Amino acid sequence: MELNRRRLLGMVFSALALAAASSALAQKFITVSSTTSTENSGLFKHILPMFEKKTGIEVRVVALGTGQALDTARRGDVDVVFVHAKTAEEKFVGEGYGVKRYPVMYNDFVLVGPKSDPAKVAGGKDITAALKKIRASSAPFVSRGDKSGTHMAEIRLWKAAGIDIAASKGRWYRELGQGMGASLNTASSMNGYILTDRGTWISFKNRDDLKIVVEGDKRLFNQYGVILVNPAKHKHVKKDLGQAFIDWVVSPEGQQAIAGYRIGGEQLFFPNTGHEGA
Amino acid sequence: MCYALDYVLKSITYPMNEILAAVAEAGRMIAQFDAAVVDIVLLSLRVSLTAVLFASLIGLPLGAVIAVGWFPGRRVSIVLLNALMGLPPVVVGLFVYLMLSRAGPLGQFGILFTPAAMIVAQTILIAPIVAALSRQVIEDAWQEYREQLCSLGAGPARSALTLLWDTRFSLVTIVLAGFGRAAAEVGAVIIVGGNIDGVTRVMTTAIALETSKGDLPLALGLGIILITLVLTLNAAAYWVKESAQRRYG
Amino acid sequence: MLPLVLEQVSFVAGGKLIVDRVSMEIVEGPRTVILGPNGAGKSVLMRLCHGLLAPTSGTIAWRGAVNGRLRQAMVFQRPVMLRRSAVANIAYGLKLNGVSPRERELRARDVLEAVGLAGIADRPARVLSGGEQQRLALARAWALGPEVLFLDEPTANLDPRASRDIETLIGQIRAGGTKIVMTTHNLGQAKRLGDEILFLNEGRLVERTSVDRFFTQPASAEAEAFIRGELPWN
Repeated sequence: MELNRRRLLGMVFSALALAAASSALAQKFITVSSTTSTENSGLFKHILPMFEKKTGIEVRVVALGTGQALDTARRGDVDVVFVHAKTAEEKFVGEGYGVKRYPVMYNDFVLVGPKSDPAKVAGGKDITAALKKIRASSAPFVSRGDKSGTHMAEIRLWKAAGIDIAASKGRWYRELGQGMGASLNTASSMNGYILTDRGTWISFKNRDDLKIVVEGDKRLFNQYGVILVNPAKHKHVKKDLGQAFIDWVVSPEGQQAIAGYRIGGEQLFFPNTGHEGA
Repeated sequence: MCYALDYVLKSITYPMNEILAAVAEAGRMIAQFDAAVVDIVLLSLRVSLTAVLFASLIGLPLGAVIAVGWFPGRRVSIVLLNALMGLPPVVVGLFVYLMLSRAGPLGQFGILFTPAAMIVAQTILIAPIVAALSRQVIEDAWQEYREQLCSLGAGPARSALTLLWDTRFSLVTIVLAGFGRAAAEVGAVIIVGGNIDGVTRVMTTAIALETSKGDLPLALGLGIILITLVLTLNAAAYWVKESAQRRYG
Repeated sequence: MLPLVLEQVSFVAGGKLIVDRVSMEIVEGPRTVILGPNGAGKSVLMRLCHGLLAPTSGTIAWRGAVNGRLRQAMVFQRPVMLRRSAVANIAYGLKLNGVSPRERELRARDVLEAVGLAGIADRPARVLSGGEQQRLALARAWALGPEVLFLDEPTANLDPRASRDIETLIGQIRAGGTKIVMTTHNLGQAKRLGDEILFLNEGRLVERTSVDRFFTQPASAEAEAFIRGELPWN
C-alpha cells in the first residue's frame, strides 16, 4: 500500500517536470498575426523557412480575421502584423499602435460562380457590372459577413456598383460570418456566387460546380502591408527581431521569394514594396 | 417511389466516396508516418494528457473533500460544480485569452499562443468534470463506508484519502472521460493557441483548418486518426482496470 | 474508560422520537445484550453509545479513567471492507491508532491467525464470503485492543455455521478482558452470550435484569409479550 502511493507520486512529479521542461526551448522567435486567407494560401510555408535559414529566427504565424489580427496586435500579443486592409492599417499606425506601414505585395480577388451562371456574368471584366446583374437577377450570393479584409472589399465593391447592400439584401444574399474556406464550401454546396482571393481559390479542393466568372478588374486588387507593433506601447515587443523580418520581406530577396511562390504554376502574390501609393 | 430510392442511394454513396477517400488518406498518413501528422498527434497527446493530469490533481481531492465534508454552502458548490461541467470550450478559450493577453492581468508570463496556454485552458475545462463526477462517486461510497471509517477513528481528511483510493476504478473511468473531452475540443485551444503551424497545431485545430481549406478527405482522415487514438487509449485503460479489478475485488 | 453513563438521553430524527429519555450505566464485567422488538431503537442506542451519533438531548459520558484514546470498537451487521487485502484492512485500523508500520503487519497477521483466517490473509477482502468478512471485521476490531466492543446484530446475515464461529470468537475476545455490548433479536443467542439484558421498547429502557431472571420472570408486560413472540422480533 505504502509503496504503491509513493511510486504514484514519483511518477506524477516526473511527468510535471517533463511537461515543464519541454516548454523551455530557448530559440529566438517572433509572433506575427496575419489573416486566414494568407495562411491558407500556403505563402508562409514557402517564404518563412527561407527567412529562418538566413537569420535563425523562427516566425510563428497566428492566422485570424483581419479585425482580430489588428486587435490582437493592439493588445500587444504579437510582434508584427501582416494583413491586407490599408485603411485599417493606417488607422492602426495613426493611433500609435504600429511603428510604420510597409507595403509588401498584392494579390487579387476573383468572382467565382456556378457553371450554370444564372446571372450571366461569366467572362466579364467589370466587377461592378457583374454585381449589378447578380442583384438584378437575385442569384444566390455568399458573403463572408465577418468584417474581414475580404468582406470589407466586397462591401466596397457593392458600393462602387451603386448598391446599398445592407438595405437591399434579400434572401439571395447569404451572410455566413465564417472564413474563406468555409464560405467557399457553402457557395459550392448551394451553387452561389462568391468573392474570393485567388490564393484560397487555387488551393480550394471542393469546387464542385464553381468556376471563375470575373477577374482582372483593377478594383479587385488586394494590397498587403506589414507593420511592427509599437514597442513604445508594449515594452516586451521583440522590436529587433520583428524589424529584421520586415526588412527581409521588403528586401529584393524577400520580394523575390514572394514572387516565386506558385500553385499549379500560377503566381499568387505580386511584390510591390516601394510602389507609390501601395 | 423512384425518387425515394434515388435519394437513399445518393445519401449513401455521396458520403461513402468522401469517407472512402478519407480512410485512404488516413491509411496513407499512418503508413508513411507523415512527419507533420506525427508532430500534431504528439502535441495533442502532450497537451491533453498534461491537462488531464493537472485537472485530476485539482479535481479529485476537491471532489473528495466536497463529498465527505460538511460546510456552509456545500449544496451550492455541488450545483455549481455540476453546472461547470457544461462550460462551453470556446467561452473558456476566450476567458483564458483575455487573462493571458499582454493587455490582461497575467500577460507578463507571455504564454499566450504557446502549448502552455492550451494546457491551462483545457485544465480549466476538465477540472470541473473530474471534480463533479468524482464527488458523486465518492459520495455514493461514503454512504457505505461512513460509519465504519468513523468507528475506526478516521477523520474527514483521512476518510477522503481512503475513499479516493477505494473508488480508484471508477475514478479511472472519470479521468478517461476528462481526457476524451480535452482531446475532442477545439474551441479553447484554437483561441489561446492560435493554431500556429508546428507550434500549437493539434489534431482538432488541424481538422478545422483543413475543413476550412476545403480539403475534406484530409480533414476526415485526421479525424479518423484522432478517434482511433482515443479509442486505443480507452481500450488500454479498460484492460488495465479490468485486470486490476479482478485482483482487488 | 468504563463506566459509560447515559442520563436522560433522547434521539430525534425525521420528527420521530427514536430513543426516549434513556438513563443507564454500562459497567465493567457482565456481557450486556440489548434486546427489543423491531423499531425499538436498539441500533440507534448502540450508535449513541459508540459515539457515531450525538444525542438530541441528555448526556453521554465515559466516567472512568482515560489514558490516551478512548479504546472502543464496533462491528456492524454488514461488514464494510476496504478494497485491499484482508491483512491490509486490519493494518488500516492499526495505522489510524498510531501503530508503526512494522508492528502493524505483525499484529495484523497474529490476529488473523487467532481468528483462523491466516490462509486468506493476502486475499482481497471484498471477495471473501459473508462469514469470512464478518470474522475479518471482528479481527480488525480485536486488533485495536479495545476496552469495549459494540456489536450490532453481528450474525443477522450469516448462516448457522458462520454464526457459531462468530459467537466463539466473541467468547475469545471476552476472555481477553474486553467488555461486550451486543444487540440481537435471536433469543437463543441472547441466552448463550448474555449475562445481563437491557430490554428496549419504543425507545424506552423498559427493563434491566440478569439473563436468567429476564427469561423466567420478566418484570414488565412488554418483556413478557416479547418473549412469547407477540411483539415483532427483529
